[in-house]
Amino acid sequence: MQREVTFAGFGGQGIMTAGKLLALAGMAEGKEVAWIPSYGPEMRGGTAYCTVVIADRLIGSPIVNDPENVFVFNRPSLDKFGPRVRPGGVLLINSSLIDVLSERKDIEQTCVPCNDIANALKNGRSINLVGLGAFVARTTMVSLETQRAVLHKEFGKKGKESVLQAATEVFEAGVRAVLEGQGAKTP
Amino acid sequence: MSEPTTIFKRPASMRDAFTHYCPGCTHGVIHRLIAETLDELGLRERTIGIAPVGCSVLAYNYFYCDFQEAAHGRAPALATGIKRVLPDRIVFTYQGDGDLASIGTAEILHAANRGEKFTTVFVNNAVYGMTGGQMAPTTMPNQVTTTCPRGRDVNLAGWPFPVADVLAQLRTPAYVERVAVHTPRHIINAKRAIKQAFRYQMEGRCYSFIEVLSTCPTNWGKTPAEACKWLDEVMVPYFKLGLKKSPDRPPVE
Amino acid sequence: MAKKLMKGNEAIGEAAIVAGAQAYFCYPITPQTEVAEYLAKRMPEVGGVFVQAESELAASQMIFGAAAAGARAFTTSSSPGISLMGEAMSYIAAAELPAVFINIIRCGPGLGGILPSQGDYLQATKGGGHGDYRFLVLAPSTVQETVDLTIEAFRLADKYRNPVLLIGDGLIGQMMEPVDFEGRGAPPTLDTSAWATTGCVGREPHIVKTLFLDPNELERRNRKMRDKYEQMKREEVRFEAYLCDDAPELLVAAYGTTARVVRTAIDRLREDGVKVGMFRPISVFPFPDEPVRQLAFQPSVRSVLVVEMSMGQMLEDVERALQGRRPIHFYGRGGGNVPAPEELVRECRRLLGNGQGGRP
Repeated sequence: MQREVTFAGFGGQGIMTAGKLLALAGMAEGKEVAWIPSYGPEMRGGTAYCTVVIADRLIGSPIVNDPENVFVFNRPSLDKFGPRVRPGGVLLINSSLIDVLSERKDIEQTCVPCNDIANALKNGRSINLVGLGAFVARTTMVSLETQRAVLHKEFGKKGKESVLQAATEVFEAGVRAVLEGQGAKTP
Repeated sequence: MSEPTTIFKRPASMRDAFTHYCPGCTHGVIHRLIAETLDELGLRERTIGIAPVGCSVLAYNYFYCDFQEAAHGRAPALATGIKRVLPDRIVFTYQGDGDLASIGTAEILHAANRGEKFTTVFVNNAVYGMTGGQMAPTTMPNQVTTTCPRGRDVNLAGWPFPVADVLAQLRTPAYVERVAVHTPRHIINAKRAIKQAFRYQMEGRCYSFIEVLSTCPTNWGKTPAEACKWLDEVMVPYFKLGLKKSPDRPPVE
Repeated sequence: MAKKLMKGNEAIGEAAIVAGAQAYFCYPITPQTEVAEYLAKRMPEVGGVFVQAESELAASQMIFGAAAAGARAFTTSSSPGISLMGEAMSYIAAAELPAVFINIIRCGPGLGGILPSQGDYLQATKGGGHGDYRFLVLAPSTVQETVDLTIEAFRLADKYRNPVLLIGDGLIGQMMEPVDFEGRGAPPTLDTSAWATTGCVGREPHIVKTLFLDPNELERRNRKMRDKYEQMKREEVRFEAYLCDDAPELLVAAYGTTARVVRTAIDRLREDGVKVGMFRPISVFPFPDEPVRQLAFQPSVRSVLVVEMSMGQMLEDVERALQGRRPIHFYGRGGGNVPAPEELVRECRRLLGNGQGGRP
């Protein structure tokens, strides 16, 4: 069993970090994981993307051209990665910045207004954590419990309780957006 | 009749060996000044020397201390590697003008600029010696060599590279002095400077660099005496002797 | 110690520290700069030396100095930088000093690009610098294997008093995978007292040099080095055979990241009952000549497919090893493109479909 996701967006949207947090959760569940970034000039303000693979056996190809899941955080990423989602897979769309859907009928699409949710919580920079919450809730590529535990470990530094609290707030808002359909539109 | 007394002997830091240097070449004098310094400061067993590529590539056959042999121009990089892992040892590079002022300019500039705590003795004889007398960065204007048979044209080859003066411009503290070895008076002064350079290193003060104007009668096509005269009349007016930079004198802001 | 999620480049840095590296000299170049960034923090913490040199020329010559002074020294770079290090590689091999070089290969030639490639295989295994010498060359395919082989590289460098080169590609440097340092430690300290230039207290001076003008003396050294390389061929051959023991029809040869893609392609082919196996060299010098012969000369194997991120470099070693006794095909990608499993599935099917020998 192998599952994959590509997170794609602008440089600076925290895409790489979201992927790393997911990979850590995969590790915590005792799985094989790989986190593969785009690198080089693409990191400098252009599009940024990373792919996370979680599997129960040794991971072969680190290059996944047809990932099971894709989360696009901006319009150029939808154009680039929308066509690549494996048939039957899930495309998550940051509907705060993308006002269209993919025209594909062979995949499922879920919209999450990441920026709106993060801004409402006065944490506009954490759209990646909104996205991560929504993604895990939508796909259960890892369990929500494991992902929460990873957030605690990564953000729960002594004396920085407010950081963890803020991170948890946006993450849970992302989870609710999917589970309760708050702000999410699914065609 | 009193017992005979020794007034001159081979320094302990030199091996009992014939050198391969040409008659009238001043490499031998410079070797001796370094060896005397190592003796007098008690450094021989703590010292690692680095030989360049050029006439002095075989310097380790004459010095009686640990030695490494570098690739052309890279002696300051080797010295950096050694000094960083053995900071309490004494490390010096011995380099000629082709090695240091041409192929090794990056290495020497940056070692000096990092303030590596080793010593460089730079032998400037205005020509590539070992390969048989080609133009060096330090070749004098109009000086004839095998690769500037009509004399160095400064419009094409630029002016002689004044390494000591260039290094002295760096903000990093260093000891930089230019000396010569073509008269006894100059040799005595050169010895003082070389000894000072090793002292600064012993104190861990700074990088130290001594440029020594030297003769190459063979490739200059002169007798040893003519070579000394040419050095005095042609090289010294351009490559001005003296202290260029001292760690004891703060830089002028 | 629990597993850590680390980038390949950072894992290399930590592995070198675990291996007891005392000095690291570097120059920034994509896609391996994270090693330098990581060690700029870590080396001072363990009392080691970190120097950012003015060039790869200088960085590699600093290793020459430090290694001759008896320190466990290494550097990392990427293709154009490794070309500049060719000079020092030759000298360090000539002086018979232990040192470790790591090349996180990017696509070339020239400035090329910064994406993954295996285009430096020939440089790594057949040359690099001038003269009659060899590096022992290891090629990991996962971040964990990169850690283990980095540590091993320091041990082998000491064992042979010869530089060891580890080649990865940009992907291995950039991707993160879980790594385990549990149970891994520094190789025993090498006794350098007979040759290191540390100051000649109470002994004759040590000279580390590479100039030997007497042809007979130099030839003796050449022969001695040749004997070392022959010993490597006997003792250091490493490889993996994947699904090769059930009479495969096609043998795919690949190393590094490419071997991972091949593995995925083979898994997919096997789901459809197509019998394909993989030969993955882990040491590329010495090349596993005999193992690839044994795998390829099984009666079931109709032909061999070499897959590389180059236009055909390891191909020459496979051709040499197989001595024309099996048809050899080649599939290469360049420019920083990594072959996808789908492409390789297609290629394998095509080869098995036509069932013919010779080059496609």
